[in-house]
Amino acid sequence: MTPQPVGRIRFMDRQRVNLDGFAVENPELGLTALRSPHDPEPSLVVTGGRVTELDGVPEADFDSIDTYIARHGLDLSVAAEAMALTDVAFARLLVDPAVPRHEIIRLSAGATPAKLTRVLALLRPPELVMAMTKLRARRTPSNQAHVTNRLDDPLLLAADSATAAAFGFREVETTVPVLGDAPSNAVACLIGAAFGADGVLIQCSVEEALELELGMRGLTSYAETVSLYGTEQVFTDGDDTPWSKAFLTSAYASRGMKMRVSSGAGAEVLMAGAEGRSMLYLEARCVALARAIGAQGVQNGGIDGASVAASVPGGLRELMSENVMAMMRNLESCSGNDALMSESDMRRTSRTLPIALAGSDFVFSGFGSIQRYDNMFGPSNFNAEDIDDFLAMQRDWGIDGGLRTVDSSRLAEVRRDAAEACRAVYAHLGLADFTDEHVELAVDAAGSKDLGETDTLAVLAAAQAIRQRGLTVVDIVAALDECGYSHEAERTMAFARARLSGDYLQTSAIFDEQLGVLSLVTDPNDYAGPGTGYEPAPSRQAEIDAIRQARGVADLRAEQARFAVPLLAACGPGRPGQGPRDVVIGVSPAVGRDVWRCLSGLAVTDVLREMLAGLEEEGCTGRVVRFGDSVDLGRIGLAAARLAGSGIGIGLQGKGTALIHRRDLAPLANLELYSVAPSVTPSLYRLLGANAARHAKGGTPDPARNPYSDEAIEARYHTTVIALMELERRRMIPGAPPEELSLEGLT
Amino acid sequence: MSHCRGRLRRPPVTAVSSVTDGIRALSGKPVDGLTVEAVRTGEVGVTDLRIHPETLERQAMVAERHGNAQLAENLRRAAELTRLPDDEVLAIYEALRPGRSTPAQLTELAASLDGRGLPRCAALLTEAADVYARRGLSA
Repeated sequence: MTPQPVGRIRFMDRQRVNLDGFAVENPELGLTALRSPHDPEPSLVVTGGRVTELDGVPEADFDSIDTYIARHGLDLSVAAEAMALTDVAFARLLVDPAVPRHEIIRLSAGATPAKLTRVLALLRPPELVMAMTKLRARRTPSNQAHVTNRLDDPLLLAADSATAAAFGFREVETTVPVLGDAPSNAVACLIGAAFGADGVLIQCSVEEALELELGMRGLTSYAETVSLYGTEQVFTDGDDTPWSKAFLTSAYASRGMKMRVSSGAGAEVLMAGAEGRSMLYLEARCVALARAIGAQGVQNGGIDGASVAASVPGGLRELMSENVMAMMRNLESCSGNDALMSESDMRRTSRTLPIALAGSDFVFSGFGSIQRYDNMFGPSNFNAEDIDDFLAMQRDWGIDGGLRTVDSSRLAEVRRDAAEACRAVYAHLGLADFTDEHVELAVDAAGSKDLGETDTLAVLAAAQAIRQRGLTVVDIVAALDECGYSHEAERTMAFARARLSGDYLQTSAIFDEQLGVLSLVTDPNDYAGPGTGYEPAPSRQAEIDAIRQARGVADLRAEQARFAVPLLAACGPGRPGQGPRDVVIGVSPAVGRDVWRCLSGLAVTDVLREMLAGLEEEGCTGRVVRFGDSVDLGRIGLAAARLAGSGIGIGLQGKGTALIHRRDLAPLANLELYSVAPSVTPSLYRLLGANAARHAKGGTPDPARNPYSDEAIEARYHTTVIALMELERRRMIPGAPPEELSLEGLT
Repeated sequence: MSHCRGRLRRPPVTAVSSVTDGIRALSGKPVDGLTVEAVRTGEVGVTDLRIHPETLERQAMVAERHGNAQLAENLRRAAELTRLPDDEVLAIYEALRPGRSTPAQLTELAASLDGRGLPRCAALLTEAADVYARRGLSA
């Protein structure tokens, strides 16, 4: 029988990271990140202007992927130069800020998939961050949101789409649990986004023919789930070929729709078709093909297979390398992070952080702007649960991850407007009728569970009507206009017009909120080392910095004032006491003036009541004296002891830190200290009073123990401590005499 | 990094713009005329929201200038496809999926597209017919 592991291992086993699966590296199954013994040696033979060997495969043996790449994907005019570079020399170009982006683009166009695989496998994590910083196509980073819910509820979709737009997401991707609902989801997201911000692109990710149809009607404006795979077998199993995908790519463009393809590690492994290749090599084929078929961009970095990559050594390097590879091929990168790759908050943060630091065309190819349970793509790596975390991360590092704080009243307003407009449009078009109560629930809902029972058949009927009647964006504009939403009708129409200029078909294009296009063409990344490249404009930096939780001294002063009570009046100078049982509680300068509540949430007066009661229990008499000439607790406690007839004093700062002092000790030497103010309880303050009395009587105190705590006490309270100490300091007057405070109401 | 010096050609930067001056929709209507007012009076139809092939050609030239000949080629194929109705576009896509068409059917479809002024799309289908036959992807 196997002995039970020791307690330390049992404890470690219970941590969430151990819910994750970790695979033994196995190249035969494709379970290897950056290199496989079965990856080909890079090679490129050009004969008479035609590729006759690609990565070790002679032309006669080219599969369909090789063929498409060989015929369309490579710039043969730089091929010899690119392939002649050693892997290390090439890799160094990626991170050298003196080598501009377009030089890397030029060379990469002539490099084969196996070559770029070898080059990227050499980059260590900080080098990948450097490479991404320099190589992404668009200078300004941005972000994409998932907006979905379990019920396909249109009002909630509209409110959540408005929310995502207000938070700064520039693309909204929706999908459906019920395929038939797709047209309704597209319409609801389209309406909602117009209330959150201008120029947000909408996608409804469904089966390809329906997705194209929605785009043709102007209800959606981009597509990204056009999947590519790295082996011919899996590609064919996916019911496509490079030629059908190339045609589809053109079909989207012919209707003025932006489109990117989707690929990424793990897909081939999961379909048992990796042919022993490394994940990075298979993805290198996908990215080369993406460029060859003329897609403007790639969604990669694992996507549905992210956790497969994450299960093997170096997996996260592989995921980020995929994104950098797309950038090297001069393509937009929509950089994954859209599948929850771990149960561990630390691992999933570790997966996303380097990409957020570097900045990408889209840091997430779907940040779950809704709660995990409502994400019909499956939970993203970050979701609504993490929006505040991400906003804090942006602020911590001073980076632009595309998001901004939305204050509570604005959020309520855009959600209400979006839900009401969606209801009005559905009613006007005869699609569905929703109740006032439903609107109220959708506005306030943090997720679809808050909606209660809804009529999901009504949604399906609305969706069928949209499809059968062939409703287009023009019908939505007309309905918005006729329902009194002329501003949003104008915005939606302006957006439809802007799309006709085709500028957003260029690489990495997004619309800004003035409907200007930011792309490789209009906003090219010009990073060339410190002091260059994207830097948030001062207004944008202010947006990043001003998270709603930030507090200043004025906020704290107002908050403390709310807890003021008519107690602790000054009632004369603090005089020396006479009796041996006289104990003085010295308080800091702002107590009873500006500071009324301790960090623990206890009122200062309640703390004093407990201390006085503790003193009384042990037969001593307490007085409260305010010392206005110091904010230092040791000095306050010592000064209190020196005024006390017993020679024992208690020091109490307004924030709740307390100690017992004796008149003959040095200021920093004390008898007992309660240093962790936020966790001191009323009974501990009472014990402090009793112990002070025991010291006064020469008895034995009962030592207090700090309560157990695993909270980030300092993170939670240090900013408040700084502001509280500032309130104390402003009340401090050097040389001010002590004041006796009234005990009325305290005993 | 001496090997790349002296050959740096910085790509042109076009100003950020949402200008739709002079751009026409597929219907021929000037894009600037596609207003809510026009919607009110029923003057806007679906083809007024379709992109014009000349716009795609212009974007193809931009893509070429920015080092992406493949994107340019895609946009030029797209310009050709603006001539086809939605159903036909979807039907050609379907015909190109694995196992749907014989090489002869693809070749025939290519010839028909070529005859109707879609030579780039025709070339794509012709190439597919050849490769599908060799790789067992045809019906």
